[in-house]
Amino acid sequence: MSTIEAPTKTEMNSTTVTERVTGANAVVRILLEEGVDLVFGYPGGAIMPVYDSLYDYQQQIHHVLARHEQGATHAAQGYARASGKVGVCLATSGPGATNLITGLADAQIDSTPMVCITGQVPSGLLGSDAFQETDVIGISMPVTKWNTQVTRAEEIPEALAKAFYIAKSGRPGPVLVDITKDAQFQEFDFSYTKCTGLRSYVPVPKLDPTKVEQAAELINNAERPFILFGQGVILGNAEAEFKTFIEKTGIPSAWTIMGLSALETDHPLNVGMLGMHGNYGPNLLTNECDVLIAIGMRFDDRVTGNLSKYAKQAKVIHLEIDPAEIDKNVKTDVAVLGDCKESLTALIEKVKPNSHKEWLQRFRDCDAMEHEKVIQGELHPTDEKLSMGEVIRIINEKTNGDAILVTDVGQHQMVACRYTKFNQSKSNITSGGLGTMGFGLPAGLGAALGAPDRTVVAVIGDGGLQMTIQEFATIYQTRANVKVLLLNNEFLGMVRQWQQLFFDKRYSATEMINPDFQTIAKGYYIPTNKVTEREKLDDAITEFINHDGAYFLEVMVGKENNVFPMVPSGCGVAEIRLE
Amino acid sequence: MEKREFTITAYTENTVGLLHRITIIFTKRKINIESITASESEMENIYRFTIAVTETEELVGKVVKQIEKLVEVHKAAYFKKDEVVQQELALYKLATESLTNGLKVERIVREHSARFLTIEKNFVVIEKAGYRREAFALFEELKPFGIKEFVLSGRVAVSRAERGIGAEVRELLQSETMEHTP
Repeated sequence: MSTIEAPTKTEMNSTTVTERVTGANAVVRILLEEGVDLVFGYPGGAIMPVYDSLYDYQQQIHHVLARHEQGATHAAQGYARASGKVGVCLATSGPGATNLITGLADAQIDSTPMVCITGQVPSGLLGSDAFQETDVIGISMPVTKWNTQVTRAEEIPEALAKAFYIAKSGRPGPVLVDITKDAQFQEFDFSYTKCTGLRSYVPVPKLDPTKVEQAAELINNAERPFILFGQGVILGNAEAEFKTFIEKTGIPSAWTIMGLSALETDHPLNVGMLGMHGNYGPNLLTNECDVLIAIGMRFDDRVTGNLSKYAKQAKVIHLEIDPAEIDKNVKTDVAVLGDCKESLTALIEKVKPNSHKEWLQRFRDCDAMEHEKVIQGELHPTDEKLSMGEVIRIINEKTNGDAILVTDVGQHQMVACRYTKFNQSKSNITSGGLGTMGFGLPAGLGAALGAPDRTVVAVIGDGGLQMTIQEFATIYQTRANVKVLLLNNEFLGMVRQWQQLFFDKRYSATEMINPDFQTIAKGYYIPTNKVTEREKLDDAITEFINHDGAYFLEVMVGKENNVFPMVPSGCGVAEIRLE
Repeated sequence: MEKREFTITAYTENTVGLLHRITIIFTKRKINIESITASESEMENIYRFTIAVTETEELVGKVVKQIEKLVEVHKAAYFKKDEVVQQELALYKLATESLTNGLKVERIVREHSARFLTIEKNFVVIEKAGYRREAFALFEELKPFGIKEFVLSGRVAVSRAERGIGAEVRELLQSETMEHTP
């Protein structure tokens, strides 16, 4: 008998079987088909049918109610980057949709896979300035990898199948699907097939073996090669290949803040951070290397400084998935297009084992100089005021480098990225390209939900915290286990630093008269502590890290401390200042 | 780098909003689009954008890569002036009485290889296909007769190369072995 029943069962499970459902119900079923078990969002009129359908699937899909749609997007980003999955956001039309824009822009510039689904006014009202109507397709176009509007229920499966495929394939990015309310109500014959390709879209360019040969030849003949790696290594899951490659060739390697954690901090070939507030050696020696090998990074201006003074002496090799990044900022001698997991694997075969001891020593000599002039004082300050660096140093001692670091934007971000120790990849979540203040708190809660087995520390400044402070409520409601560290200097510190250095100390609109953050956190039922003295710092951080559940620790740090080294804007990387 | 005239061609899907996505790439870099034309191409269901700009070659190259990066664009390329055969279409509306004072207008039209598209009771429409400068040369000559309306289309162009990018698109579509969403 079983032989007769078996085919029927298969057919029942097949995704091609049609069933009559509403558009809203189809949306939820598609989320399940795509393996989504967590969505972030905020309900409202035009998305209500989808929320009504979600009500029936509470066991399978957990919905996180953010307190602002921007918070939902950053939480989805934090979730995506900690888990490697696609972040999903739901929002209503009009203001709900426009509030997604900052998160979309952040995800677009930092290549984070995200699918946003917005409700829209009924199709008959489109274009009539209806209540809560906004042209979210037009508004979101510059900040999405792809977007589309659906006005009939039967278009939903194809639109969402494409959305998930485009968001996560190739160079990932955010997509938005706008669904009119009538399409959500409409019944249709539902079936679903995942998208596996689009004829006009090449997510991963085909690797050209001649380019690999040319790159290998340059690398094999290089005397002072230098590697710059970015988030491409993490997004391509190529950490192991990357490590094999650098260990075989013995090439010193520096990271962009998006590439941070792809290589463990203590690796002997990890020479530190690139860019404006990066380490001394990587910046200075960029202009002394003979071959520059960029892997999954895009030569952002915060990394290169003045392009006319950037690595002019070097041959440039660029391993990159996105052809539009080749020659966009820095002229490349050999462009190796493709997924870096594949291109590194091919390159490992062709490169000769080598070590560049003397060259590596140059970086270590620079480190020694930076240590003496900057790092020692930052990590072990002798004056009374607490420094951001010493807080990070103690966190490293407690977590041993196993935590996920989430940061907001500003001085604390630079200090945290410079000094946090990492043992494993996908552990640094920051707003790199867009520099979005307000990113840290929601991204922290998203990361905690995306990696529930790991310690998540969200380091935030007093400016950025107040931009999305309402997400404390989401942390409380979801019981997200996120450790929120406020480094409070009562200033918009980075802007103040620039004002001090480049605007004659004219502190225009950067001083903050702050609320009592302790009372605020308590109001959200989050356990809190505040440290103003060095003697209490160590114990407070122990409690902060070990507490079972979310915790808010506020540390009062020096009001007018600066982040060094620094490549002043308009200067070349070699003009990096240590003080 | 000197700014020069370029023609950008993109083979695309025919989807709502793609025009907007393409123009955003120019807006972001504050590049003025002199003309933009979207039409059918030699391939069924494949559309073709023709964009005229005056810019440096370096910038045009970067823009073309960003156009090609769009999900719904198959291929994009740029051409220098001498790499394409290009045309624009101009229409001139004049009062019919302009024809009644001798044969001057008819002679001008003939000399410029233009033609009368229609001759109505009150007005005539002259059509001229050619380069932009030719359209303006005719405009200057017709001006004394009173031009009631003038319009110039966007540039259309085909490449002089034996294999244009259209051939590449065709090969891509033929070699297409991936499964699609229906």
